[in-house]
Amino acid sequence: MNRETIIETVKDFLSDEFEVDKSKIQPDANLQETLDLDSLDYVDLVVVIEENFGFKVTGEDFVSVSTFDDFYTLVEKKLAEK
Amino acid sequence: MEHRVVITGMGIYSCLGENLNDVRDSLFQGKSGVIYDEIRKDFGFRSALTGMVKDPDLTQFLSRRQRIGMHQPAMYAYMATKEAVENAGLDIDFLEKTETGLIYGNDSTAGSVGETIDRIREKNDTTLVGSGAIFQNMNCTVNMNISTIFKLKGINFTLSAACASGSHSIGMGYLLIKQGLQERVICGGAQEINPTAMGSFDGLSVFSTKESTPTKASRPFDRDRDGLIPSGGAATVILESYESAIKRGVPILGELIGYGFSSNGDHLSNPNIDGQNRSLNMALKQANIDANKIDYINAHATSTPAGDSVEAEAIHRVFGGKVAVSSTKSMTGHECWMAGASEVVYSMLMMQNNFIAPNINFENPDDTSAKINIIAETKQQKINYFLSNSFGFGGTNSSLIIKKID
Repeated sequence: MNRETIIETVKDFLSDEFEVDKSKIQPDANLQETLDLDSLDYVDLVVVIEENFGFKVTGEDFVSVSTFDDFYTLVEKKLAEK
Repeated sequence: MEHRVVITGMGIYSCLGENLNDVRDSLFQGKSGVIYDEIRKDFGFRSALTGMVKDPDLTQFLSRRQRIGMHQPAMYAYMATKEAVENAGLDIDFLEKTETGLIYGNDSTAGSVGETIDRIREKNDTTLVGSGAIFQNMNCTVNMNISTIFKLKGINFTLSAACASGSHSIGMGYLLIKQGLQERVICGGAQEINPTAMGSFDGLSVFSTKESTPTKASRPFDRDRDGLIPSGGAATVILESYESAIKRGVPILGELIGYGFSSNGDHLSNPNIDGQNRSLNMALKQANIDANKIDYINAHATSTPAGDSVEAEAIHRVFGGKVAVSSTKSMTGHECWMAGASEVVYSMLMMQNNFIAPNINFENPDDTSAKINIIAETKQQKINYFLSNSFGFGGTNSSLIIKKID
């Protein structure tokens, strides 16, 4: 899966799951603030990532994630490891 | 100092309608909400009959975070409570700044528990069930969700008492207000309707199998009854001290004057005349009225051969054979945990609109039901006092008496 496809897939499921307008999901936007994530929402983020990409992320994986761009990089890395 | 306890708001989400006006019309018309649900047959049910309500679309009212911990009991309870809060002239701003309690009747969350377990088995990983599951699965799901959505600051717990849950919730709210411990308590009952919730009940072979005639199948007190029909939804009433209602300047819909309760201490499922009589007499004593003051009894009668006979006998012993009696379960089916609250709402609608809803499908009495005055056709009649009975598995009994305020 190339980065463009990853970005489109992520935008689709995140906007659907967290009910946020797709236009707000920009590469340099802060993921937590844009999606208004609290501690419980991270549990659901793990679920939707697994449903859409087939891998599980952990809390440690998110240490390096601040922006959506960081998130796309994390997905690329995890898919490559599969 | 004891306080008078009044009802200032009601809300209903049931198979007779999704709001007070629609339900009032269904009650007056004697309309049944029972259907044949093929899904239940495929699931292995002995009887596929059920009262049916749809899952409400809450996206228009609530955020994702507010909805995620809700399965059927909380979703239905939200709809009923939203209507009741509006009916009582309340809003979230007022509730947040004052002390309002919540005691809601609920006794299962089988649908969401089943979905959660299926998911864990499929994934073999508990972290993939999502954040909402635990809040859907706990029996206090209605209280957790409703108290946070409506910003309630008073007493907050769920009451589980089988098919008397809704009635006891109103009774407990009444006692707290009467004693001056709460000014206002939101009470009610919720009942999930999914097949998972009702499979084990169907397994007792106590559901009606008159599957070819769904609307004729629930026939409390009728000689040819062959069992109950499960149903669900939610009903909410706003209880308030008389002083609080006057201070807020809102209409008083009725006054709760008696709450009787008892336990049979006998059998898991068999009813007991003595236990029911103790509950009825306690309610009358607390209301400080003679039995002949009661104009209408909304019976618990579920359409089971044993249960209806025992209740008819209990009513006859305490009230004689003149008082008007009907079981709205003839139209709704058995709304179980919700029934004690919904039947107060149904009876309140009758009191407000001067009619007695019919015990539909009552065509021929049996030996015990012949002793009491069962209303089989809608009757125009003023109701000044009514009594609502609820009896549950494990032998828990509850009787509420409500008085009209002119």
